[in-house]
Amino acid sequence: MSTTTITEVAAIRDTGRFRLLRSRDFPLVPVLIILTIALVAVFADFLAPHNPEVGKLAARFKPPFWMAGGSMTYPLGTDQLGRDMLSRLIFGARVSMVVGFTAVIFAGVVGTTLGIISGYMGGWVDQAIMRLTDAWLALPALTFAIFLAAIVGPSEMNIVIILALVYWTRYARIVRGEVLSLKEREFVRLAVVAGCSKWTIMRKHILPNVMNSAVVLASLMLGVVIVAEASLSFLGVGVPPPKPAWGLMLSDGKQGLMVGYWWLTVMPGLCIMLMVLSANLLGDWLRVKLDPQLRQL
Amino acid sequence: MAVLEAVELSKHFETRRGIFGGSRGTVKAVDGISFSVESGKTLGLVGESGCGKTTTAKMVLGLEQPSGGVIRFDGHNLETLDTDGRRHYRKSVQAVFQDPYASLNPRMRISEIIAEPLVTNETVSSAGVAKRVSELLDLVGLPARAAQLFPHEFSGGQRQRIAIARALALSPRLVVLDEPVSALDVSIRAQILNLLVDLQAELGLAYLFIAHDLAAVAHLSHMIIVMYLGKIVEAGDARDLALDPKHPYTQALFSAALPSHPNERREEVILRGEIPSPLKPPSGCRFHPRCVHAMPACAVEAPELAAVDGRFLACHLFTHEGIKGH
Repeated sequence: MSTTTITEVAAIRDTGRFRLLRSRDFPLVPVLIILTIALVAVFADFLAPHNPEVGKLAARFKPPFWMAGGSMTYPLGTDQLGRDMLSRLIFGARVSMVVGFTAVIFAGVVGTTLGIISGYMGGWVDQAIMRLTDAWLALPALTFAIFLAAIVGPSEMNIVIILALVYWTRYARIVRGEVLSLKEREFVRLAVVAGCSKWTIMRKHILPNVMNSAVVLASLMLGVVIVAEASLSFLGVGVPPPKPAWGLMLSDGKQGLMVGYWWLTVMPGLCIMLMVLSANLLGDWLRVKLDPQLRQL
Repeated sequence: MAVLEAVELSKHFETRRGIFGGSRGTVKAVDGISFSVESGKTLGLVGESGCGKTTTAKMVLGLEQPSGGVIRFDGHNLETLDTDGRRHYRKSVQAVFQDPYASLNPRMRISEIIAEPLVTNETVSSAGVAKRVSELLDLVGLPARAAQLFPHEFSGGQRQRIAIARALALSPRLVVLDEPVSALDVSIRAQILNLLVDLQAELGLAYLFIAHDLAAVAHLSHMIIVMYLGKIVEAGDARDLALDPKHPYTQALFSAALPSHPNERREEVILRGEIPSPLKPPSGCRFHPRCVHAMPACAVEAPELAAVDGRFLACHLFTHEGIKGH
């Protein structure tokens, strides 16, 4: 109980700051990849050498610079309309990032809120929300997304809303489970004794304690959502052309694959793969690091 | 004067079996118990797990609604309180729970934890809150700088001190202590118990002290109630009851506790069997299947709680029929 113990403890805490970043198994490469893609997305206007939406028909199907016929004017070649691949990939990163992050956050906010309400209120509210979730989960995600896209029409904003609507159920499920165990904890009971309202308890006691799970889930969902966006774009119900999106580029280039224009599909495919792989590796690492059971020790 | 009074307090839980079974059994977790907590005094509540101690605490704290009976605070029935009365009751009754690792929100700083009852119930300036928090920390023997730290930076004993500081934030008149030292190391228990005694003397608090640690209960309480399967079997002055337990169950309980001196010789009473399922309590006296003094009458008729030698006992051994039969 002496003051020294507290000081010592405080000292340990200070050195403990950023311990997540300094831990030995920190996924440095995936984080660097995600950061690079994010920075590219932010500074797309300065980085892209050409206009991504307007091409020169005279310069169609130019190969990347290291192949015969390629040049540094179009470092990664051009597509069937003579548009610069590099510029399209750079602006495509923006679409993927914006759609990916916003959809994950939207889905997370909706799902976490409903999960907390469902778990904490219990009774018929819980029943209603969970049956809705069950019914929702019974629909195949991509088919459902295509169905919604067909109704509201393709646009970047609509894609975000559609993906959020399709994927919120996963958060709701997991968060509800956590809340069920949290609300039996003594600090929640004591908050009731102290006179806190239900909303205060959900906001101040439940929400901060489910954030870890929500963040881990979000990082894992980022990959899923980016693939879903690419799939929708590939199927033609995603981001409308001429806006460059990786999935759309993949789709546009698929005929070229058979006649040797491999860069039209491989380049955006690589970008999608790198992004999703990095997001998943980061998510896996976060899941272990932020696991409440492991961390409590 | 009684701060808190419970009359014929009951809590019954319905149990459902199967999809089509509907409501079948009733668990009488607490079955018609009456007690009162005197201002500035400690009432100890002891018994095995599942005897209804914690359910009683929850009803007093308003976490469970009683199925029957009345709780009165300062003579006012809790059920008929208006919003203001309810708020007043909330401010006057606080709690400290068993597990100091579960009773502090791991995401809040100590200052927020301690101040929460205060900010929730009163309008205080942030300077006022900070002042009160450091007063409270001082009161429970923690340095003021603890306010800026998080719960995981403290030991079990320190956490329990924090939990006590929080319970005292609103200057309550009654604190419900539900097994406040059971989860602590033996070496820390005495410190916390002494702190509780000192705080009671200093602030005139009344305690409803729930525990299965008899030594702790005897040390802290002025009155003791012994419960068995939702009913009171013996109640009386703490000293008398600890030195001379009369009910066979109380005798067995105190016999199971460690003696105060290793050379102390005493009669050992060992209980047979397990505590019966509260879903099907035994007929007559609920304790009779395990009682060493059980008589035929015990299986038939439930003994009423009656005054015997300045305490209350529910046992046929101490009623007229019991004495005749002996």
